[in-house]
Amino acid sequence: MKQKTDSLISPGHIMPLSFLPTGRKARVKALMSNGISRRRMLDLGLISDTIIEALQKSPSGDPVAYLIRGAVIALRSEEASQIIVEAV
Amino acid sequence: MGLSNQSTGCCVLSDALHVERVSPGQKVIALAGNPNVGKSTVFNSLTGMRQHTGNWPGKTVTIAQGNFTHGDTQFILVDIPGTYSLMANSVEEEVARDFICFGNPDAVIVVADATCLERNLNLILQTLEATSNVVVCVNLMDEARRKKIRIDLEELSHQLGVPVAGTSARNGKGLDILMDEVWKVTSAKTDGSPLVIQYPEVIESAVSFLEPALKGVVKGGLNPRWVALRLLEDDERLLKAINNYLGYDLMRFEAIADGFRKAKETLDAAGIQPDLYKDMIVSGIVRKAEAISRRVVTVEKPGYNMRDQRIDRILTSRIYGIPIMIGLLGIIFWITITGANYPSSVLADGLFWVEEQLTDLFMAIGAPAWLHGLLVAGMYRTLAWVVSVMLPPMAIFFPLFTLLEDLGYLPRVAFNLDNFFKKACAHGKQALTMCMGFGCNAAGVVGCRIIDSPRERLVATITNNFVPCNGRFPTLIAIITMFFAGMLSGPFQSIVSTLILTGVIILGIIMTLVISRLLSRTILKGLPSSFTLELPPYRKPQAGRIIVRSILDRTLFVLGRAVMVAAPAGLIIWAMANIHAGGMSLLSHSANFLDPFARLFGMDGYILMAFILGFPANEIVIPILIMSYMAEGSMMEFESLIQLRELLVANGWTWLTAICVMLFSLMHWPCSTTCLTIRKETQSWKWTLVSILVPTLTGLCVCFVVANGARLLGLA
Repeated sequence: MKQKTDSLISPGHIMPLSFLPTGRKARVKALMSNGISRRRMLDLGLISDTIIEALQKSPSGDPVAYLIRGAVIALRSEEASQIIVEAV
Repeated sequence: MGLSNQSTGCCVLSDALHVERVSPGQKVIALAGNPNVGKSTVFNSLTGMRQHTGNWPGKTVTIAQGNFTHGDTQFILVDIPGTYSLMANSVEEEVARDFICFGNPDAVIVVADATCLERNLNLILQTLEATSNVVVCVNLMDEARRKKIRIDLEELSHQLGVPVAGTSARNGKGLDILMDEVWKVTSAKTDGSPLVIQYPEVIESAVSFLEPALKGVVKGGLNPRWVALRLLEDDERLLKAINNYLGYDLMRFEAIADGFRKAKETLDAAGIQPDLYKDMIVSGIVRKAEAISRRVVTVEKPGYNMRDQRIDRILTSRIYGIPIMIGLLGIIFWITITGANYPSSVLADGLFWVEEQLTDLFMAIGAPAWLHGLLVAGMYRTLAWVVSVMLPPMAIFFPLFTLLEDLGYLPRVAFNLDNFFKKACAHGKQALTMCMGFGCNAAGVVGCRIIDSPRERLVATITNNFVPCNGRFPTLIAIITMFFAGMLSGPFQSIVSTLILTGVIILGIIMTLVISRLLSRTILKGLPSSFTLELPPYRKPQAGRIIVRSILDRTLFVLGRAVMVAAPAGLIIWAMANIHAGGMSLLSHSANFLDPFARLFGMDGYILMAFILGFPANEIVIPILIMSYMAEGSMMEFESLIQLRELLVANGWTWLTAICVMLFSLMHWPCSTTCLTIRKETQSWKWTLVSILVPTLTGLCVCFVVANGARLLGLA
């Protein structure tokens, strides 16, 4: 997935989490996934308005490690693209 | 690497709900908690049992139980799987939920990570909803202090309405208080009123139709409000589980059926479908957790995890991540190879000195030659070989690997490698199960339970054998030393050995990926499932604990098993080599029979037979081989690997033979223990057979191509 450069993403920008550059924070707006995958995201505490920070890409760029409610969780781009966030 | 007395000796998931009380006064305590919060350490500290602990998520995949006594009461502590939630999204969660709700424990201890309390509160709150006999154990208080995180335990206890004990289980701190609280809860000496989470009004009014009808009907410690909330989730399996537990169908009660209908109407009228309902429930819990966390947690130094992030930025960086990983592996191998040489020869000297004394003893008492042959030349020598070759590398490799595990590096390996596994349509946690396979493939296969998707779990199970377990390490190291590094001297020798060994391991990893992909394209078709991997905080390893655990739990246990197999194997081989039929020993007959086939793959009949006879344990392949080559039918005395090399060369070994043996050692059938474990885990002989055939056929193909390619090119 192509990622926008940091400067192009202004606060308030709505996008999938997979577009969030590392080092930036965003607020969860909606989960697009269903079923088990959705449950799993909710169990991570990804309910709306949760603040999430992109920390670190793995060597190949995917998965990416995110800081979610104090825990560092790695998500593959498939999962991250199902999470709609608003850049802060 | 999870092989130990406990992890193989305890009962499996299917027996989860069965806890035997030895005496009627015993209390059953369930130990719940998120993965990687030191649950196993708490378990070990309380029970004194050595359940192996490691710093990676989802380690406790089996259920262990142990006993402890506090005050006048005996307790049975049941270590249930580590989960983030009780919503039954995975096997572990279902087991955890079933045990807490239907296993009838007298109390539940929920272990939480003080450095990450908010996330842990999710499970605590869900547990509180199901049962009020809860004691919260906030563990890793020392880590939290180091990270300048303060937790107001009193306020937490006040908020939750249940006792809270702060512990640093690794140092044994706070466990007394924890046990006191557990004792109080089980002897009904506390009268708290646990927190009740308030959900949005429409859910509360729906529940109010159902809850009163359930009171008086649900028994056995089930909480009517919890049952009401779960019934409205429309989860067929849970309804069945509840009915099963109660022994009657709840919906047969008119008041309940009526209340259920009214509750459903209320939800429908508000447009709340089951999916939205679940979302609202989870959100309610997460928000409550957030609110409580805000009241009780003070972070004195914001950015407390900066250090971890800085380390991660190096260890998982685009440029350095993978080279560092390979480098670390190489360093471990180098230390193992270099360090094992000297103790190995000292052990060998000692053990063969004992053999001489034994021989003298047999002479002195005038024992018949066959008895001496069978017991000393057959059994004792095989044992001596296994011990002197295996013990030193294991005693060095295990503590080093445990160190990486303790630090929390292994999840980073999974993080670094995930993309390769994704491309192979496999699960990223397969990298963790491979790490466990380094210790023992049987443990690796059991570890595959951390993968939720059945398809990906099978892929991981079938390919686990491509990681050489520590029974095969000594074989590889011995061959490398003899044939590829032996000519060099000094420091180069161990460096070349290390490079070759690392190359073999990387080949094993590449084969794992190739075969995983192949399986995903053929008999196990499918796409990668969703994947979340927690990267836990780095922790300061405890040197003493690492050494004790890895030597006691792993080295001695694995060695013990090898010795158990080696002794009878030594007997059989000696007998086969010394019983003659038609002018040739049975051993030669069998080897001659296998020889033409084995030659196709660059080996010979004796080698193939050694692999076949090594089915009970890979450790004994080389000893069997040496014994077979010795004309007099027993092993020579082991003085140096150079002598061994001469023996092998005299029997027609070339560098190509050495390579083919190494390749076949890396890729052939799993040992008998692993096969039985695969059968147990997959519940299927078919998949066990596939797990035997896939690595074997791969190994034969690779050896065939290498052997005949080299011959065609005129290299050998």
